[in-house]
Amino acid sequence: MTHDELAEIRKAEQERKQKYKHKINVCMASGCLSLRSDLVKEAITKEVDKECLADSVLVSKVGCVGLCSQGPIVVLETKGEVREGITPEDAEAIIKSLGAEHDGGNSNELVDGVVLRLDSKFFTRQKKIVMEHSGLIDPDRIEDYIAVGGYESVLDVLTEMSPAEVIDQVTRSGLRGRGGAGYPTGLKWSTVAKAFSSSGEKFIICNADEGDPGAYMDRSILESNPHQVIEGMIIGAFAVGASKGFVYVRAEYPLAIERLKIALKQAEKFGFLGHNIGGTTFSFTVELRYGAGAFVTGEETALIASVGGQRGLPQQRPPYPAERGLFGRPTLINNVETLANIPPIIRNGGDWFAKIGTEKSKGTKVFSLVGKINNVGLVEVPLGMPLREVIYDLGGGIPDGRTFKAVQTGGPSGGCIPAEHLDLPVDFESLQQAGSIMGSGGMIVMDDASCMVDVAKYFMGFCKSESCGKCIPCRVGTVQMHAILERITDGTATMEDLGLLENLCGLAKNASICGLGQSAPNPVLSTLRYFRDEYRAHIEERRCPAGVCKFKNAGKDVYEEDLEVRDETGTSS
Amino acid sequence: MRREPRVKTLRIDDCDCAGREDQTVLDVARENNIRIPTLCQINGLTNVGSCRMCLVEVKGVPKLLTACTTMVWEGMKVVTNSERLHEYRKMILELFFAERNHICAICVANRSCELQALALELGVDHIRYPYLYQALEIDSTHDKFVLDHNRCILCTRCIRACSEIEGANTLGMMRRGVNDKVITDLNQPWGESRTCTSCGKCVNVCPVGAIYEKGLSRTESRREHTFLPYLTIMRGER
Ligand SMILES: Cc1cc2nc3c(=O)[nH]c(=O)nc-3n(C[C@H](O)[C@H](O)[C@H](O)COP(=O)(O)O)c2cc1C
Ligand code: SF4
Ligand code: SF4
Ligand code: SF4
Ligand code: SF4
Ligand code: FES
Repeated sequence: MTHDELAEIRKAEQERKQKYKHKINVCMASGCLSLRSDLVKEAITKEVDKECLADSVLVSKVGCVGLCSQGPIVVLETKGEVREGITPEDAEAIIKSLGAEHDGGNSNELVDGVVLRLDSKFFTRQKKIVMEHSGLIDPDRIEDYIAVGGYESVLDVLTEMSPAEVIDQVTRSGLRGRGGAGYPTGLKWSTVAKAFSSSGEKFIICNADEGDPGAYMDRSILESNPHQVIEGMIIGAFAVGASKGFVYVRAEYPLAIERLKIALKQAEKFGFLGHNIGGTTFSFTVELRYGAGAFVTGEETALIASVGGQRGLPQQRPPYPAERGLFGRPTLINNVETLANIPPIIRNGGDWFAKIGTEKSKGTKVFSLVGKINNVGLVEVPLGMPLREVIYDLGGGIPDGRTFKAVQTGGPSGGCIPAEHLDLPVDFESLQQAGSIMGSGGMIVMDDASCMVDVAKYFMGFCKSESCGKCIPCRVGTVQMHAILERITDGTATMEDLGLLENLCGLAKNASICGLGQSAPNPVLSTLRYFRDEYRAHIEERRCPAGVCKFKNAGKDVYEEDLEVRDETGTSS
Repeated sequence: MRREPRVKTLRIDDCDCAGREDQTVLDVARENNIRIPTLCQINGLTNVGSCRMCLVEVKGVPKLLTACTTMVWEGMKVVTNSERLHEYRKMILELFFAERNHICAICVANRSCELQALALELGVDHIRYPYLYQALEIDSTHDKFVLDHNRCILCTRCIRACSEIEGANTLGMMRRGVNDKVITDLNQPWGESRTCTSCGKCVNVCPVGAIYEKGLSRTESRREHTFLPYLTIMRGER
């Protein structure tokens, strides 16, 4: 594939689309699909055929639009409208509405489904780089991606740039890993590029093992535009000198896997993967590997073990994967979102990217908003946007007239940020200073009906059952910490227990092998920092301020509880 | 083309030491008679760094590193015994004791147990955490050996010996977290294993009373694992 050939495909595709007067996009990412958006698309297509509009109305399947809880979502692109909760029965009304001139409120009557304009705050306050084409193109058509400029960066890189120049652009962009730790991507790339491999072999792995509770950014990216990730991988492989890549994707993401498979086949067919890509000497292939759904295999050394066919256990570092990774060779591991940022960075230059965001946190971040928030869904915002805007302008605020209490960011490795920090800019440093982290971008919003001790207990329970068991501070530490939290929410804990809890937090943080154990205490530490009163109330007053915890054992000690159990089973009088 | 390993100089506690770049901090410390407590490490097998007893502080590195897996580097400054490390080691031992069932008085390994010895050495005299007391089985189906999961500390020494030295790969691990369990073959009774050669290497490397020989009294069941480095070399040369 040459630049000219690519340009030809792009032009043909653009012209084909311009022929249509109206474009209707039906979201077919997991969220909407689970509400049978496929039937909606079928019905709309039938309606178009029935009305003999096939020449003027294009009905396409697209990826995630972002309003995942209100599906099925249909976007009338040409009218600038987003409609939610569409059923197959609405097809007729939708097609009819195409004819009518748009006049604000009236369209509400045409279709049973609230209308959100594409120029409403939810969309305009976002800044889309990673999700730029999400919800606008068909993830299963490489031509759709090429039409919006896809794969141009690869050809540019291969024919006009040296690996060092590519790395330089990535370094200048200031991009930091989106998988959790926020490590500078350019630095990682140059380390792997410089690492010595006795066999000359190096690898690149795309980490698509996303396992944080409440997070589905990577899934959405893969379901909405897998080609952008593959393109990022090819560029990364060229930059570090890898000839083989793996996508480690969790098996619970069947749709993402299906679309990745299709995309890989297409990329190969179009000559972006395989031998002598773009007529150059560079060759690169990508294979899929499926994770069986263990959170810990997202940790890079565990992931490498798993890709290599071993039990997915983390390893003490050093050595780092950049030096000794898959099969003992230098290996570049990047997150899905990190890689999806690469093609736009190459297309627009590192300096362009560096202008977005804050001084130390560049670019945008995709967040999944879940919990007690009106717009449960995916948003992409420039880093540095105040939390308040994310939650109120984009998220639409807290439902049922309740008040905001805290937002949990960074998943089980993160922490809770209380209302007094609502004006915090969302970037790597600020979140860390507030005792939480960016993590992979999950945001769980909680209202005043949530008990923070209970929240901490939930995350500790998660870590406890996801611990791989290799090292003792995490394997047994999480169990003991969870047990103490349970005693606190049961009303059977003492202030001594709280001391033990804090000790164990310190041990797990400092003595565990990998990030899972090291960060498992974070939800506890951050809730202790902001909501110590709630812990006190539970322990000293045997009372849950939010009314969540049921003190079935309040006032009794553990032994009495044991006796009661025996009573029930009839073994004692 | 193999390069000869270079020599590095470093400082461990108050001792200036020299080590080859392919030596671990633990190796060099031991050569210089500096004691770092260990449990999962055993000479002759790969080091996995899982028991965390050998954690040390390295100047300029914010994280604690395991002496058994960290190769020495030039100018490295290591502290092996600070107040904080001592506290962590004691807590780790407490967690081990609380994890399964350790009643030394009725244990075959009593007085020849590395866990018990470390607890004595570091002054762990009581356990502040509730015992988890999982009900685990004892596999005594093997003709010669017994595997009592209640005393296993999941150090994987037996698994490594079986795979790396004997090459039988009989032993393995299943489940995760606190439910981790050493298994034979595909979780079949040990006695039914068709891969086990009854070599007894696993018995000799177990630091505690989890794997032991049938019919031997406490004093007779002393472990002998100095043979491992020798076997490792023999195996490596084949
Ligand atoms: C327990 C644990 C789970 C992780 N899960 C993921 C994950 O699901 N996806 C991911 O990209 N990174 C995950 N990470 C982070 C990765 O180890 C690694 O830092 C990341 O993939 C590097 O890519 P990046 O630099 O592009 O962020 C996890 C880390 C830990 C400690
Ligand atoms: S910290 Fe937890 S998950 Fe990580 S290696 Fe240790 S036991 Fe496994
Ligand atoms: S294994 Fe060691 S610590 Fe455990 S009961 Fe036996 S002697 Fe005691
Ligand atoms: S006796 Fe030998 S072969 Fe059998 S399990 Fe133990 S180490 Fe493996
Ligand atoms: S049986 Fe012994 S050697 Fe094997 S893992 Fe358990 S404690 Fe370690
Ligand atoms: S001896 Fe180093 S971690 Fe166990």
